Amino acid sequence: MMSLSKQEIAQRIAQELKHRWYVNLGIGIPTLVANYIPKGIDVEFQSENGLLGMGQFPIEGEEDADMINAGKQTVTVLDGGSIFDSAKSFAMIRGQHVQLTVLGAMEVAENGDIANWKIPGKMVKGMGGAMDLVASAENIIVAMMHTNKRGESKLLKKCSLPLTGVGCVKKVVTNLAVLEIKNGAFHLLERAPGVSVEDIKNATAGTLVVNGTIPEMKM
Amino acid sequence: MINKVVQNVEEALEGVQSGMTFMLGGFGLCGIPENSIAQLVNLGITNLTCISNNAGVDDFGLGLLLQKRQIKKMISSYVGENDEFERQMLSGELEVDLIPQGTLAERCRATGAGIPAFYTPAGYGTEVAQGKETREFNGKMYVLEHAFEPDFAFVKAWKGDTAGNLIFKGTARNFNPMMAMAGKITVAEVEELLPVGELDPNEIHTPGIFVQRIFKGANYVKRIEQRTVTPKS
Repeated sequence: MMSLSKQEIAQRIAQELKHRWYVNLGIGIPTLVANYIPKGIDVEFQSENGLLGMGQFPIEGEEDADMINAGKQTVTVLDGGSIFDSAKSFAMIRGQHVQLTVLGAMEVAENGDIANWKIPGKMVKGMGGAMDLVASAENIIVAMMHTNKRGESKLLKKCSLPLTGVGCVKKVVTNLAVLEIKNGAFHLLERAPGVSVEDIKNATAGTLVVNGTIPEMKM
Repeated sequence: MINKVVQNVEEALEGVQSGMTFMLGGFGLCGIPENSIAQLVNLGITNLTCISNNAGVDDFGLGLLLQKRQIKKMISSYVGENDEFERQMLSGELEVDLIPQGTLAERCRATGAGIPAFYTPAGYGTEVAQGKETREFNGKMYVLEHAFEPDFAFVKAWKGDTAGNLIFKGTARNFNPMMAMAGKITVAEVEELLPVGELDPNEIHTPGIFVQRIFKGANYVKRIEQRTVTPKS
């Protein structure tokens, strides 16, 4: 079975960007979305440590310890960008001035619940800004692999891990599919090239609704 | 002008004691009060409660205090870069309160702004909201979160003047301005300490009223956690 690379997942998510949106990208696959902004679409990236108008990584030798993103990577700020404190940064987020949040997840449930911060007794890194982001964003897209390393589905009836947010995820883009969450189910919108509806059914533990012919993603 | 200058880090940290609650600015290792942390290590005080977005890395930042077991409790949003932290937490040696980053920022701001508590949507329906008052506003659920009660706040700024006014550089600003507002005693360490009149009042980020002690820091390492670059050419 073919499936999308992480870069291709990011590329597909980039098609969801709308002109004049402010966007917060999480760590991992979401960060890659910035590489695929469609022509004619102006967006600004917000980093919750206090940066709007985030640019590329600095030219080698010009990196500045005082200029990082929320992933603690050295970055630059574009002309027209701005810098602010953490309270103002989360005012932008909770106040819904940021239109789109893209983040990774360990589990997503068919009711829109998301778990991505803690595996009890194992991984306890903290939620960072994820709980504020998912509690407030108008649009949340989860970017993740469809199954975990053991081959188990990450799209579930109910999350088994501690939640990050409840009923908040509306769209999921995985290496296999684009899915919309509504009415307590995953609705299949698109298949990855070379992936069959059957493949997606097999990899989805939550309720999957398949209406009519499901098109392949256009990359 | 009221002069806030102290001569060195020893004088700046006079009065800190075991069992106290501290706020420490910074995001990752960016904008952390390196000099004050080093002095806390030197003083060897213990049973500390530290409010800081992160917990440093194993051998730098707050990681230095963790190594020496000086911290009893950490209040943070993300502690992923510190193996010793994770070990102490999972073994139960260290109390940890993990809270959403925006809630942490606002709790710091509220502390300095005279707001005892506020409602936020972050964490509703999760274990973060357990045991907390919740309330519906306009059809959406919110969680009541409270201000902190820190004894000292330690912040790091780029430039400061003798009146305690501060200007931060780049994303080293992060939590520093809110924590500066929140300390019963706020200690600011700065890279450049200037006479009054040298900073443009229009460009002050933290007014001196919030700062009780200011000193010129030394030997900044400013370690970069993730050095990401665009190759030349």
